[in-house]
Amino acid sequence: MRLLEFEAKQLLSDVGIEVPREALVSSPAEAEAYARGLGVPVVVKAQVPAGGRMKAGGVLFASTPADAASAARTLLGATIRGYPVEQVAVQERIEAATAVYLAATLDAAARRAVVLASLEGGIEIETSASVIRQVFSLRQPYPPFRARELASRLLSGQAVPLAPLAQIIQAVVGWFQAHSALLVEVNPLLLTREGRWVAVDAHIELDEDAAFRQRDLVARFGLAGRGERRRTLLEQRAAEIDGADHRGVAGRVVEFDGDLALLIGGGGASLTIFDAVLDAGGKPANYCELGGNPSVWKVAELTKLLLSKPGVTRLAVIMNVVNNTRVDLVARGVIKGILETGRDPSHVIAVFRIPGSWEEEGMKILRRYGVRAFGRELSLNEAAERANEGGVT
Amino acid sequence: MSILVSADTQILIQGITGREAATFAQESIAYGAKVVAGVTPGKGGTRAGPVPVFDTVAQAQAQFRLDASVISVPAPFVKDAALEALAHGIRLVVIITERVPRHDVVFILEEAAQTGARVIGPNSLGLIVPGETRVGMCGGSASAARRAYTRGRVAVLSRSGGMTTEIASLLTMAGLGQSVAVSLGGDPIIGSTYLDLLPLLEADPQTDALVLFAEPGGVMEEQLAEHLMQCPTRLRVAAFVAGRFAERMQGVRFGHAGSIVEGTRGSPQRKIERLTAAGVRVAQKLSEIPQLLSVDS
Repeated sequence: MRLLEFEAKQLLSDVGIEVPREALVSSPAEAEAYARGLGVPVVVKAQVPAGGRMKAGGVLFASTPADAASAARTLLGATIRGYPVEQVAVQERIEAATAVYLAATLDAAARRAVVLASLEGGIEIETSASVIRQVFSLRQPYPPFRARELASRLLSGQAVPLAPLAQIIQAVVGWFQAHSALLVEVNPLLLTREGRWVAVDAHIELDEDAAFRQRDLVARFGLAGRGERRRTLLEQRAAEIDGADHRGVAGRVVEFDGDLALLIGGGGASLTIFDAVLDAGGKPANYCELGGNPSVWKVAELTKLLLSKPGVTRLAVIMNVVNNTRVDLVARGVIKGILETGRDPSHVIAVFRIPGSWEEEGMKILRRYGVRAFGRELSLNEAAERANEGGVT
Repeated sequence: MSILVSADTQILIQGITGREAATFAQESIAYGAKVVAGVTPGKGGTRAGPVPVFDTVAQAQAQFRLDASVISVPAPFVKDAALEALAHGIRLVVIITERVPRHDVVFILEEAAQTGARVIGPNSLGLIVPGETRVGMCGGSASAARRAYTRGRVAVLSRSGGMTTEIASLLTMAGLGQSVAVSLGGDPIIGSTYLDLLPLLEADPQTDALVLFAEPGGVMEEQLAEHLMQCPTRLRVAAFVAGRFAERMQGVRFGHAGSIVEGTRGSPQRKIERLTAAGVRVAQKLSEIPQLLSVDS
């Protein structure tokens, strides 16, 4: 869950980090009024949950209130990095000679928490060679001496006092730890001519799986469901079906332009099966991942859903050797779903391949409707090839 | 004897009274695994099938030697359950639960490094040494597991639980048994990677070959490839990298910190290139795996 820049900075401000004077506005007139009130040059920034806003034209500089209004006019309603801009932040422009990059995050390769810092703050930090990396433990509060060590390494050779920067590092890492965050990033953290550190831009990424600990944040910023791709109607209906019955899991549903519907095993299996179908020259219309041990009703509803897409003539049901899915229940569900659309299962089912528990019972059910079902004797690749052979089972 | 576990391994199941855990406990016993105790706070003194349930790991340990624990509790409680197992010196902790907060996972792994314990998962089905024991739920019911997994000399390490069994079954059908199969877990941060387990497999006289199942994302495959470039292995290694279509169908972008930490991280194509350069035989189709393991190929 990515917070907006404005939200991230509010949170940093809450823990004592100075941020520019700024306001969130949703009209050019408000932008102009706020810029006039500040009486200094401003930056107008699109508030969208995505990085690279500068390069995407989402950050505009304005020297006068009239410029601020026109910048807001340009941004509001525009689409930046795929997100419509509904609000912009108007903030005072901070002039500075020193720009620091500072982040606390998890290094998945090292499986440790790290602080990253560089004196080359700015938008091209990925390519900077000067990043200092400090590993720290999540089993204890981040010790202040570690913050001082990092600050002193960062500022070595510079006539800049240590303590204020160390305090900011401490606050950033403290927030990261207290909120089980995936990332707290300040970039840039500017040192003003008066010697104050100001967090000019910030990016906070929360762990959805830790959201149960962050109910206050979720409520404060209305985070529930944020960051999810907007669902298609098909996906919405699949989610409804999934929610109506706790047995089994209907995972991702994705739509394409072909004529073959896919009801396939979830996770790594779905990647494998989808690749196999494409390798075999298949033209998928959509797919739905199936996992766990779904009920007949759920499978039937998902089958109908996949078949409801115009132009879909055939359905391939392919799963890996399943660990806890009952093959007979899936078979029943698929047959029921197809019959309820008024079609003939033997024409619709391009291939049915699920090896696992209750496999023989599943085959028997399918045979009754003229469908030949397969187990492990048919590899996933062979199943994918069969699916593309024109629906003759 | 294979790696990590043997037929004598005594297994604890934390969260044993849950629906899923109760089922795989019973089926594991039917498979021959020594599931000796379960823990569910508040349910101490009851039984889950034939298995005595305790309130705490300490109580279970007072009665049984515990070599491994399988954790199947709701995600918010995984950290505490794992710390409890580690605090009592359990050397192998398998975490089945998915969606565990990532900070909790790192915390658990830091603690495990201190106690010298090994963690598999989270989001893992566990591991199985065919014909000897199973820690977790690989293969489902005992009869299904017996059908898919057979004893032999090929190790399977898979990032996908479902595909662990599919690959074992593919090998079994080709007459290639398995020395061990480990579902490593599907999360971004997991306790044991390919590279973590490689030295154990190399030292295992029962293992001649290794099959890897890889997915997009992360740097596990790249880390292994880098290692194999420096230190060639005696094992014949084959791999399948799933998700090449994902590369074509969705643009994946990473934030600053991710890029700094992981560089241009793991697209399937890049993983395939790195593994191939390191001498791993990468299958274009999953079904090619058995022939890639044969000596003359």
